Amino acid sequence: MRTLRYREALREAMIEEMERDDRVFLMGEEVGHYQGAYKVSEGMLEKFGERRVIDTPIAESGFAGIGVGAAMVGLRPIIEFMTWNFSAVAFDQILNSAAKIRQMSGGQFSCPIVFRGPNASAKQVGSQHSHAMEHFYAHVPGLKVLAPSFPADVKGLMKAAIRDDNPVLFMESETLYSVKGEVPDNLEPMEIGKANVVREGTDCTIVTYSRMTHVSLEVAEELAKEGISVEVVDLRSLRPLDEETVIRSVKKTHRCVVVHEGWPYGGVGAEVSDRVQRLAFDYLDAPILRVTNLDVPMPYNAKLEQHVMPNKERVLATVKRAVSRGRS
Amino acid sequence: MSESPPSPRPSVLPPPAPEHLAELYRQMFVIRRCEEEAARAYAQGKIGGFLHLYIGQEAVAVGACAALQPDDYVVTTYRDHGMAIAKGMSSKAMMAELYGKKTGCSKGLGGSMHMFDAATNMLGGYGIVGAHIPLAAGAAFASKYRNDGRVTLCFYGEGAVSIGGFHEGVSLAALWKLPIVFICENNEYSMGTPLSRSMSVEDTSLKALGYGVERDRFFADDVNLVEHRIAAAVKRAREESQPTVIEVRTYRFRGHSMSDPAKYRTSNEVEEQKRRDPLLLARRELVDALGEERVKAIDAEVEAEVADAVKFAEESPEPDASVLEPTTYDGPFAA
Repeated sequence: MRTLRYREALREAMIEEMERDDRVFLMGEEVGHYQGAYKVSEGMLEKFGERRVIDTPIAESGFAGIGVGAAMVGLRPIIEFMTWNFSAVAFDQILNSAAKIRQMSGGQFSCPIVFRGPNASAKQVGSQHSHAMEHFYAHVPGLKVLAPSFPADVKGLMKAAIRDDNPVLFMESETLYSVKGEVPDNLEPMEIGKANVVREGTDCTIVTYSRMTHVSLEVAEELAKEGISVEVVDLRSLRPLDEETVIRSVKKTHRCVVVHEGWPYGGVGAEVSDRVQRLAFDYLDAPILRVTNLDVPMPYNAKLEQHVMPNKERVLATVKRAVSRGRS
Repeated sequence: MSESPPSPRPSVLPPPAPEHLAELYRQMFVIRRCEEEAARAYAQGKIGGFLHLYIGQEAVAVGACAALQPDDYVVTTYRDHGMAIAKGMSSKAMMAELYGKKTGCSKGLGGSMHMFDAATNMLGGYGIVGAHIPLAAGAAFASKYRNDGRVTLCFYGEGAVSIGGFHEGVSLAALWKLPIVFICENNEYSMGTPLSRSMSVEDTSLKALGYGVERDRFFADDVNLVEHRIAAAVKRAREESQPTVIEVRTYRFRGHSMSDPAKYRTSNEVEEQKRRDPLLLARRELVDALGEERVKAIDAEVEAEVADAVKFAEESPEPDASVLEPTTYDGPFAA
């Protein structure tokens, strides 16, 4: 067992998979000579050379499409978006090419490709650079969407994503890149689609992922001091969604709060809410509540940014609302 | 910078070997007859959705694919039936796909716009204008990465030259020196909009200048000429790993799709173009080389093949819902 940062775990996963399989390559803006905009790919160009660590011009639609074409004929590309915000200009390649190749070809061609990069808010980067893009993509059949919170999961799931025969979208977080965690030695690829109960509790379930897992754990810690026992389910994978683990937890706690970045309309929280009310209706003692970004573009001002994000105070207050309901 | 006029048939071009011309003619005629049968079936309600016919443009697909090795890749647009056949896919698999049948190349899930055939390296027809151009560059990227000696042909209409996918695809292929040939099938109409109202220049191959790659431009009247000119670009791709941007001037005799009455052009214009029908030109040349009897025999073979394809499509079963989830994900479904 070693302690690694989130970005190091990510890098190790890519390096190990590139060492075992020549078909795997990394392509994106500044991934090579610049050593990665967020230093995720630091040292990889020196290790693998320009054939396999490929700097691109600023042309997301072009290099996303090149990745899809290369995947169709048997390579296994890792396409880095400097941030997921910029995937919007490549959205058509993900929606209409990556997610449709298999279906349009009647199963003759697959698209084993990983798209990855930091997602959701960073710090005061304004409305165009703060999007939580997972909600858009999780809507699309044909794609898998992962959003791990801890270094060990990052490594195990990135290895699994690279070996998966489908397009896998890997959502990281700029704010998590330096987070440290224990990573087992010789970690094998993890099974995609398994949530993890990262804190056990009895009064309320928080369903969350990525950066908000860390916020939720802080909230759970504080509420414990007030005698409220919160269970935190880290989804890790948004599509497929591990409804079994979520439902098992809600049947135990009888309350459910979903916490994620991004807007409230539709999205992962709405999806989780639908499944919980359908599959655990008789177990619920309170309405399912969501804590998301407020329904506005992200402001630049630091205080307003905190106000718009699903901050600790709002998560805490929402869990209390859920818990107080049904308690005399 | 001047626009190069589409060149006439050069006098140095050697005449095609008669048996080779016979094969090219046969393929063109299969495509023509399949398209005519598809139009009939569409009118009868047996084919649904969109149907974009290739009638008039057959010499482009057949001439271009004749310049390839079987391992080479082809990527094209939604006007793709003819291309799939020229690449070697069976007319049965094509017709059954149009009918939405389980025996179609894409199991009836793709339809007219999505002809894929892994066995012949037909990487598909695509419905989002220009978006397939980076995909084709990706196939060429894979060839260079693996050093497998394959070449990719990427076809698009002149309507695609205005969209970003074209420019990003060509720009990256030029930057990375990918073994690919970009072929604009300029049929003069981007749906209902003539060239003069959709582009600032008449010659789409001029776009090559900005990316520093070789270009070529010619008419598609003569299938033999198409093969020779595309072969030169294929050679450049295979031996030098350099892309080429080509404009082939062609003409579609039918509307953009079956729902298009083509009111944006006169019947005189269409009739004028039909006098340059590449299929009839090839037939005339073949009659001179092999005699009328031999050509009639080829025609009869083609008629039988197409009748078989239609019968196969009519009689094939439809896919059932069990096909849906396994074609969405490779492996377990991810909900």
